[in-house]
Amino acid sequence: MVPISYYLVLSGILFACGVTGFLIKRNIISIFMSIELMLNGVNLSFVAFAAQWHALSGQVFVFFVMVVAAAEAAVGLAIIIAVYRTRETLNIDQVDLLKL
Amino acid sequence: MTHLIIFLFFGALCVAGAVNLLVQRHPINSALSLVVVMGSLAVEYLLLGAEFVAAVQVIVYAGAIMVLFVFVIMLLNAGEEERSKGSRVALLFGIPGMLIGSVLVGWVLIERTGSQTVAAGALPGAPRTIGWLLFHNFLLPFEVTSILVLIAIMGAVVLATHPDTDAGKKES
Repeated sequence: MVPISYYLVLSGILFACGVTGFLIKRNIISIFMSIELMLNGVNLSFVAFAAQWHALSGQVFVFFVMVVAAAEAAVGLAIIIAVYRTRETLNIDQVDLLKL
Repeated sequence: MTHLIIFLFFGALCVAGAVNLLVQRHPINSALSLVVVMGSLAVEYLLLGAEFVAAVQVIVYAGAIMVLFVFVIMLLNAGEEERSKGSRVALLFGIPGMLIGSVLVGWVLIERTGSQTVAAGALPGAPRTIGWLLFHNFLLPFEVTSILVLIAIMGAVVLATHPDTDAGKKES
């Protein structure tokens, strides 16, 4: 028997780690992995709430989130390849075409 | 009691992997620690009775998506990232703010929902039930998602193809 709040705290920690990585990482691929970490944290809270309210819709929603994450990973990595082809770098500080 | 021990063990593994993802400078090390995070999350899903989600987590996330990440890291030969100067204001306000916020959120969560517990297998999360829901109540979103995946495939192909259609003409 594990209290539901423990799962929520764990999910919050994972999400916070993802946000931190998104902000401090300088490699595009690492930033992208931080986004995946955030998605995982949210998924855990979905499943925890599904278990608490005995509603299976939460688990179906996690399935949809995973599908969207897979599509996002495919498109995002293609974008990373395109950026690397034109800029020859993966450092986010040097990809500043839109910066004022 | 056994559930609590398993939860704490894999939760600690999860957090350790997430922190290791932040600390490592090389993307391949970050990717491998992300695999650890996703694998231990699958065990947490099993503890919550979500068998289908746990299986999909291992197959799709820890399997397919992470293989894609590792593939791209090795394809682009990504090296260690350079440290850049962080903002001093962020350190000054960010770390205390994050600590206060996390303690507050954790305290509220534990205080407010402390009495409710979850038994493993209490919820029927079997693939059969999920599949029934998916093809009855959620049929339209399911089909829309399949179209989304199709568009994502085409987008990835268009984005990753070399601008020079005559690929043999240009090296690199």
